[in-house]
Amino acid sequence: MSTMLWLLLFAPLAGSIVCGALHFAALRAARDGHAPGHAGSAARKLAGVIGCATVAASFGLALAAWGALQAPGILAVESSTWHWIEAGSFTVDVSLVADRLSSVMLLVVTGVGFLIHVYSLGYMAHDPGKAKFFAYLNLFVFAMLALVLSSSLLGLFIGWEGVGLCSYLLIGFWYEKGWPAEAAQKAFVVNRVGDACFLVGSFLLLRLFGTLDLSEIAGANFHMLGAHSGEIALAALLLFGGACGKSAQFPLFTWLPDAMAGPTPVSALIHAATMVTAGVYLVLRLNPLFAAVPAVLFTIGIVGAFTALIGASTALRQNDIKKVLAYSTVSQLGYMFLGLSAGAWSAALFHLVTHAFFKGLLFLGSGSVIHGMHDEQDMRKMGGLRRAMPRTFMTFVAGAAALSGLPLLSGFFSKDEILARNFALGGFHLGLWAVGLATAALTAFYTWRMVALTFFGEERFDRHHVRPHESPAVMIVPLVVLALLSIGGGLLNLPHVLPGSGLLEHWLAPVTRAGDELLEREGEHGHLSAAAEWSLLALGAVLALVFARRGLRAYEPGPARDEALARARPKLAEFLDGAWQIDRSYHERIVLPLRAAAARLSAAFDLGAIDAAVDGAGRLASALAQRSRALADGQVKHYALWMGMGAASLSLLWVLS
Amino acid sequence: MSVPTDHLLALAAILFALGVLGFLVRKNVIIVLASIELMLNAANLSFLAASRHWSQSTLAGQGDPSAGPIFAIFVILVAAAEAAVGLALVIALYRLKQSVALDRVAELKG
Amino acid sequence: MLALITFLPLAGALLVALLPGQRPGLLRLVALAVTGVVAALGLVFYARFDPLAPGFQGEHLRPWFTLQGAHGPIPISFHLGADGISLLLVALTVVLMPLVVLSAYGHVHARVKEFLVWLLVMETGMLGVFVALDLVLFYFFWEVSLVPLYFLVGIWGGERRLYATLKFFLYTVAGSLVMLVGVIALVWKLGSASVPELFLRTDGLDPGTQAWIFGAFALAFAIKVPILPFHTWLADAHTEAPTSGSVLLAGVLLKMGTYGLLRFGIQLFPGVAVQAAPLFLALGGIGIVYGALLAMAQQDLKRLIACSSVSHLGFVVLGLFALTGPALRGAVLQMVNHGLSTGLLFLLVGMVYERTHTRMLERFGGLARVMPVFALFFVFTVLASAGLPGLNGFVGEYLVLAGTFQVSPAWAVVSVTGVVLGAVYLLMATRRVLFGPVTRPENEHLADLGAREVGLMLPLVALVLWIGVQPNALLAKCAPALDRIVERVEGARYGARLEAPLPDEEGELR
Repeated sequence: MSTMLWLLLFAPLAGSIVCGALHFAALRAARDGHAPGHAGSAARKLAGVIGCATVAASFGLALAAWGALQAPGILAVESSTWHWIEAGSFTVDVSLVADRLSSVMLLVVTGVGFLIHVYSLGYMAHDPGKAKFFAYLNLFVFAMLALVLSSSLLGLFIGWEGVGLCSYLLIGFWYEKGWPAEAAQKAFVVNRVGDACFLVGSFLLLRLFGTLDLSEIAGANFHMLGAHSGEIALAALLLFGGACGKSAQFPLFTWLPDAMAGPTPVSALIHAATMVTAGVYLVLRLNPLFAAVPAVLFTIGIVGAFTALIGASTALRQNDIKKVLAYSTVSQLGYMFLGLSAGAWSAALFHLVTHAFFKGLLFLGSGSVIHGMHDEQDMRKMGGLRRAMPRTFMTFVAGAAALSGLPLLSGFFSKDEILARNFALGGFHLGLWAVGLATAALTAFYTWRMVALTFFGEERFDRHHVRPHESPAVMIVPLVVLALLSIGGGLLNLPHVLPGSGLLEHWLAPVTRAGDELLEREGEHGHLSAAAEWSLLALGAVLALVFARRGLRAYEPGPARDEALARARPKLAEFLDGAWQIDRSYHERIVLPLRAAAARLSAAFDLGAIDAAVDGAGRLASALAQRSRALADGQVKHYALWMGMGAASLSLLWVLS
Repeated sequence: MSVPTDHLLALAAILFALGVLGFLVRKNVIIVLASIELMLNAANLSFLAASRHWSQSTLAGQGDPSAGPIFAIFVILVAAAEAAVGLALVIALYRLKQSVALDRVAELKG
Repeated sequence: MLALITFLPLAGALLVALLPGQRPGLLRLVALAVTGVVAALGLVFYARFDPLAPGFQGEHLRPWFTLQGAHGPIPISFHLGADGISLLLVALTVVLMPLVVLSAYGHVHARVKEFLVWLLVMETGMLGVFVALDLVLFYFFWEVSLVPLYFLVGIWGGERRLYATLKFFLYTVAGSLVMLVGVIALVWKLGSASVPELFLRTDGLDPGTQAWIFGAFALAFAIKVPILPFHTWLADAHTEAPTSGSVLLAGVLLKMGTYGLLRFGIQLFPGVAVQAAPLFLALGGIGIVYGALLAMAQQDLKRLIACSSVSHLGFVVLGLFALTGPALRGAVLQMVNHGLSTGLLFLLVGMVYERTHTRMLERFGGLARVMPVFALFFVFTVLASAGLPGLNGFVGEYLVLAGTFQVSPAWAVVSVTGVVLGAVYLLMATRRVLFGPVTRPENEHLADLGAREVGLMLPLVALVLWIGVQPNALLAKCAPALDRIVERVEGARYGARLEAPLPDEEGELR
């Protein structure tokens, strides 16, 4: 069992190293031959196969781990311990733990990850850096697995920063274009701000609990720690701050839309299905910590709802298909946090899983479109593609239907669960529910706007120069699999009013019990009658259908409506275009002043004041020397005078003493 | 009727002061050398005056009455040697600088 | 054995000096052999070192001369010895030296003989500083390690080398002279120069004397580390130094300052250290942020790395004066880590300088496509410097920050912002050097790294990875020595509380 977990973790790392070596081999082959030679393309092909194989192996092992947990009484599978740091009173031991929560994450990461690896075989087929791509992708899977499997907060942090590193490397994959490198840097730095909060939160946890072991913290007796509730709340909020960075919540979401500069499989894997869910996972893992002080969860709810609204409203105005999906991801992540804030742990995880399915599908589908349109990403230059790319179209529609929450698809159930639980709590959570509902409407609208602009209506491109074609099977098959999962994924956690309900909820119960108990004590637990649940389901279905149809109808003829809005309400349009101008205000109020301050500090203060003092000391010595030089004028008379005076004063002193 | 010792010492002091002044102020090297001679002779005078004073006073028998004149002879010796060397230097200096003005000689200037 | 390790480089220098200067290949080989042997011996000593044995190991004691003190003669001796802390720094030095000699193959082509001689002399000086157990001997080696660098920078350096080396030399010597006053005073008053004995006797001095002697020492060390505001010599020295000089300067020489603070500041005067701790915590914290901001504004790559050194060593100072077990371990670990990662950075900068003859960021751009191997090493090193978990820098940084948080949460939080700023300036530099399109046509055909260059960096890369994953290997060696220091500090703190006047019955303090 233990070795199985270590193998699970390290297979992708091994794959990464091998693919990296293959990349350098391909580079050498390209250098020695004048055309991408035989050896080079063989190396690249091999890298693709190895990259997929390792993730497949990890998926198999993840299934085995899940299978091991089916046995009654087995709640977790643990590996041997790695004694990482031993510093006197402070020790960090890390082992790999597959429990009910991490097993779900493992399956999502390795399963969806595998599909995306296979897809990349086709998408990156002609890219000279293909081997490097798979090296980075495998490294990412390794880091994400480390994050999910780690038993210690610090071990989790290795994975946490590791996925940030891979995100940096992959966003900037096509760095020669220039702007991807800037986007990568921005992603890393914004994430680092979140990481700084994470670190300080970890110090507080260390002070409170004396350990960074996740199960020990989660298992602590929060009832007895009432006097420290302020510190607990602060630690929880700081960790949530870190989660905001990783999961692109307000105020740290500005890196995600820029991250679209990376290849589309990267957007699918990292920025939809896995890395951005790390924040949600963190909160789930430490759910008692977050549930201990009600204000914390409420803050999370406000942030989540607000972010969801920002994301959805901005997605309405985007013309780049990937940017729509990026802002949509920001928005949907907000939903997950909204679910967490209502104590709906399993609902949030459920939405995480379904989102991985349908958002991953949508990103891959958009990649298929971009691939077929020869790297065109602007929807205004698309249109009518359903005829040229039927299979992409159908799978894309499945994903869109799930995202917009059309009834009976996976997204419908997961989104509804979150909203229902918020509604059930009442009080302030009703406000959050309302925002969530409005955002759901917007979601349906922008999703089908995207579908309409891309696949319906007239072709807004020149048929002679652009010939869209369907993608190869290696790209279509993952799309189909994800489409099936998007459609049927709702079965994982049906609402209580339906038979076979709550599979995920029951599965997750041992992990969330502590948090649930704390919430019950605080009175934060609502209950919905069957009637209320049915009405909410119906409301959600109707809303989704109505706004989906509106979006489709409004944009079938083309993007004219957008231009009309821009003319009628230019300020509003600009506001929404730039994600409520948050990024710009960061640039103007933080980035530029910081750079200016650094420049001024360096020039005026450091060189001008401190160093000038040092040089000044030197100049002073020099000046004094120059003055003293005047005494040595070569005139014997003066020398004699000084000598005489000196002798006289010495003898005077002698006489006096 | 001998001259009182005080007067002799005063004279010596005045001569010495004149010598110092001349040494410090005058431009001509030869005058400077002469001033040095003057200082030395003033010292001589004070030696002899002191010697006569001690041999005349009630402290006769203490110390060597010939110390003064002997010291004066030493001083004269030194003065002569120094004058010789000094004048040789003056000649060399004149050959170098075609002048005996002291303020033109600043070779030791730093 | 320590005497052999310390003085073999000097013997090697003599050997090189005697060999003919027209055969640089032979000279380099000899220097490489000497440093290699020293490295091997050093590693053997490292392996044999028993952390649990009390006191100093590998001791070597030989009388040197005698001073007349106030209470009798004071013997000054060649007293060498190492405990866990000095062991790590010795290991760092001996490992870096052969790599520095290897790197010199690439950029030192004129007067090779003198270069190697000075390099080897410097090794003796650096090693001596770390293992000297006699205060006068320590001072001797401190000064010895200065002179070679003066020549290394002054002769083989860049354009402004004379200014830089003079500035560095005078600045450091000024501090050293102040320290000399302290040394003389201490030796005179306590009647001994033997460091282990001094540890026992310094409590006997009155607090005022302890304070000013500590201050005198601290000034010299503060200049060396460098601590704000005594840091301005570093940027110039690094920029103008040849690559080998920069690697040793950043890798080892700066650690002399931090080692001095630990050994001759905190360990010698624990009471004063406790009282001075808030000041140094502040200086460390401010230094972290200040250095990072300075680095952000630099256009010269080497200057940027120099400013980042100020920032990184701020972490060390922070950890040292937090005075807790974890923090001290983090600080000592960071001393080693910084030597490795900054050494790597300077080696890389040197390699690119040999090809482009410029250090200005604007003259680079897009080099990742032209030199992929270089790019790999560069990104790896930048990440180590930025404290990516899994690499060496993270462990040290985290220990320092966590340890400091226990003592002063405010400064810990301030320093965490340094972590963010660190990512900013390092990634900015990386982007401008490596990424984007190739902006300058002269950069299109640069040669990638060769076998020698990769070979000399691999040991450092391996160490970076190993320490990141198995820091206990190093922590275990220095832990007992550090715990002894913590004991002394706690004792001094407790003693100070005992001495504080107690209120009498009316509550008045008498």
